[in-house]
Parts: sequence; structure tokens; C-alpha cells
Amino acid sequence: MREKPKIAFYWCASCGGCEEAVVDLAEGILDVVAAADIVFWPVALDFKRHDVERMAQASILASFLNGAIRTSEQEEMARLLREKSKYLIAFGSCSHTGGIPGLANFFTRQSILQQVYVNAPTTENPNHVLPGVNGGNGNRDLSLPYFSEHVRSLDQVVDVDYYIPGCPPLPKIVTAAVSTLLNGQLPEKGSVLAPDQALCTECPRKDTKPDKIAIKQFRRPQEMVIDEAQCLLAQGLLCMGPATRAGCEAPCVQGNMPCTGCCGAPGRVRDQGAKALAAIASLIDSQDETEIDRILAAIPDPAGTFYRYSLAASMLHGKRGI
Amino acid sequence: MPDLVALSPRNGDASAAIAEPRIVGFFCTWCTYLAADLAGTSRIKYAPNVRVVRVMCSGRIDPQFVLAAFANGADGVLIGGCHPGDCHYQEGNYNCLRRARLLRRVLLAMGIEDERFRLEWISAAEGDRVREVIDDMVAKLRKLGPLQMKRDVAVGRIATPELESSLPTGVVAEEVTV
Repeated sequence: MREKPKIAFYWCASCGGCEEAVVDLAEGILDVVAAADIVFWPVALDFKRHDVERMAQASILASFLNGAIRTSEQEEMARLLREKSKYLIAFGSCSHTGGIPGLANFFTRQSILQQVYVNAPTTENPNHVLPGVNGGNGNRDLSLPYFSEHVRSLDQVVDVDYYIPGCPPLPKIVTAAVSTLLNGQLPEKGSVLAPDQALCTECPRKDTKPDKIAIKQFRRPQEMVIDEAQCLLAQGLLCMGPATRAGCEAPCVQGNMPCTGCCGAPGRVRDQGAKALAAIASLIDSQDETEIDRILAAIPDPAGTFYRYSLAASMLHGKRGI
Repeated sequence: MPDLVALSPRNGDASAAIAEPRIVGFFCTWCTYLAADLAGTSRIKYAPNVRVVRVMCSGRIDPQFVLAAFANGADGVLIGGCHPGDCHYQEGNYNCLRRARLLRRVLLAMGIEDERFRLEWISAAEGDRVREVIDDMVAKLRKLGPLQMKRDVAVGRIATPELESSLPTGVVAEEVTV
């Protein structure tokens, strides 16, 4: 019997939702197991790092790694899986573009540690103890991974073959990507395994999008009753559809909420936040600077909004000095 | 295209004692670019710190251009477009204005000061205005100092045992619960 190809799943700086996305394949996971052996999947199977270290180079067909890279341990695991895998796949927004953890690049390492371990109202830490690398307490030798200065996407650390976008990736996208890999019908290296066009092209409300949208007032979902049929941008909601890759079929819009941009930008766009900013700002219905500023004031955190998932992978990577 | 930043008087040496600001200018071909031309033919002297990129319209300036300039070492970005109402393509300068107002706030969040990103309306007849704006911007940037947004993200400061042992020894919490 021909040996089945091996695949692995791993997580770094992520919330666990991407692991859930694999489970969301439901009975589809059985097809995956029928076609491939899962040799490493810490969230579900009891294999350890040393098991991976013992594997031959490139002996795993594909490793699906979710989560951004923040700590030294995550970087080591990314390098290890890179070495042991023929294809390394960035799975989900965090791995693809830095994701929500990437927003930490607005803050210094020191201020994050200070906030989490000292200042947070729910923290009791009178001696201001912070995590360190070479700890140790009496006879015990303790160490922790180093918490690095900034968050990086996977391809800023190791060579990545393919990307599966989404926060988390939808079962449909995952299934298509996995079968593409197992069938050996591989696209060009570096491809994002989803259609290369803007989400608006497959949005269920695309027919209601006016030729020219003119916005006098941006509004947030909680401030209004959202029309369930009309284009959300036309209603003044910040929908990232024009600057976001298609493939998900707009489940957020189907749930009457604007797209937040988790699938990253289409291929020709280098910086998703800048492109989203350009698309949205151009819709403002005013030629007067003061009025434009007044309309824009309804967007309280433009940087966090437009770079919600892509700050780490953006051109500036984060705030100056991070 | 030549590397605009490499042509800098500072030659990429961030440690140079006198920080000579590097400005990337995006000038509309119908107005500000002609004004700069006029400044040249009129022998108007102004600071040589701006590398000009000619664009067909200020509305063509994608915010990505501005970010790319900063990310590659520019200390400031200057956009020059036609006065309101004078756009060769009717609306382009208004679109530029809308984007610039929003981009300004994103840049502030990234730690890039207001003075580093400037939008000016300069008509083809205003050669002297080119001098005023550029000299003023250079003076302000000189005061601010270099931006230094350029970075090599791939260089992590982590993961080698030597580095880890050289890091300050932190205090590990009393109990580590697993």
C-alpha cells in the first residue's frame, strides 16, 4: 500500500479559532484523514516537538501553521516545521498578515508587559514581577520564551509556500486548498489560495451598490437599523469589501454586518490598510476640508480599523520605534 | 527607476551628524510640476531636499505611494496638486484631499508627525510658492530630525541561545502553573 502523505497543524500567536476552523470541516475531516496522515497537531493529538525533530527533512507534505510570530518559541517552531515540510502554508489571517495580534505593533514591548502584568485592573502583582527569559527560583531552573519587540507574519520569519486567508478560514476555502494540495495541482508559489478579486464581486448585495456612493455621515452598526438588502457602504457603514479578497462569499454581510477585511487584500495590493483607506475616503461627499474632517471624525480609530488584520504585514509594519 | 532614497545627501547613513531631510514629492503634471519647472527657469533658489515624482493628477496618488516613501527612508512626503476647482480632471484633487485628511490620522497613529506629510495646492504660475513650501518643510523636518521608519523586519531579535543568555535576567513568577 502506498504510504499516505503526511500533514501537520500548528499554532503560534493565535486565538484558537483556526484550530476550530479545521474542526469545522466536520465530516470533511474524515476525507482529509483518509487521504493523509496527520503527524503533528498539538491541539488534538499527542505528538511532541521531539517527534517532529526526529522526522526527516521535507518528510511532511504540508504544514498548516496558524498564528502570528511573537515569541522565540514560535519562531523556533516555524523554522522547525519549515525544515521538515515540503510546503509550509500560512493558515488564517494572523499567519498570513499578522492578524489581530499584529495590532500589538502599535505598542512597545515594554508597555504591553507593563499593562498586562502590572497596570491591568484585574492584575495583582505588587512586586511588579515581569516574565523573563532566564528565570529560576532556588533550585528550579525555569525559562520562558522571549517575548519579542514586535509581531511578525509567518513570511517575515520563514519562507512560505501558500496562504489560506480568513479569520478563521472558512471550511469551503480550507477544503478547496487541501484538495488542491493533495491532488498536486499546485498554483504558483506564494499564491493565496482564494480568488484574486475584491469581495464586492461576490457580495450578495452587489446589485444594490450605486455607481457612485456619496457619504455625508459614517455610521457604526450599533447606531442604526441596518437595511438588510442594501449595500452596506451605501448606508454609510465602513465595509472593507472593496479592499478585501473574495472567496468567503461575504458571510458577515449575509449576517448584516460590514466586512472587516480578514481575508487580506487582492494580489495586486501591497498594503491593505492604505487601499481600504483610499477606497473609503474617496466616497466622502464633500469638497471642503473642514467638512471632510467632520465626516471623518465618525471613524474613531482609522489605523486600527483599516489595518485590523494586516498591520504586521503592512508597509510600515507598526508604529515608529516598535 | 532609480532609488530615490539612495540619491540622498545622507547616503543612507542614519548616524550622520547633520540630518539632511529627505523628502519625496508627488507633483501633479498640470500644476505643481510646472511650478517647479518655472521656479527652475526663473532661477529661484530653494532647498535641494525634494525628489520629485511626476504624476498625472494628485488624485492618482495612492496612499500606498506615501507609505512606500516613508517605509523606504523618506523623512517627509509632499504632495502638490491643483487649486480647488482647477483640477484638469474635475475631481482628482478633491479625492486627493479626502484621502490625505484620512491618511494624516493613520500616519499620526503610526508615530509620523503632521509636519512630515504635507498637501499643497500650487498652480503652474506659482514658482515662488514652490520655494516657500519646500524651504519651510525642510526647516521643519530639520527640527524634527530623521524619521527612520526603514527597517528590516526579517531581522528578529530572538531565538539564538547566545542572545537569550545576554538578555537581562527577568524575574519569573513564583509558581508556574501549567
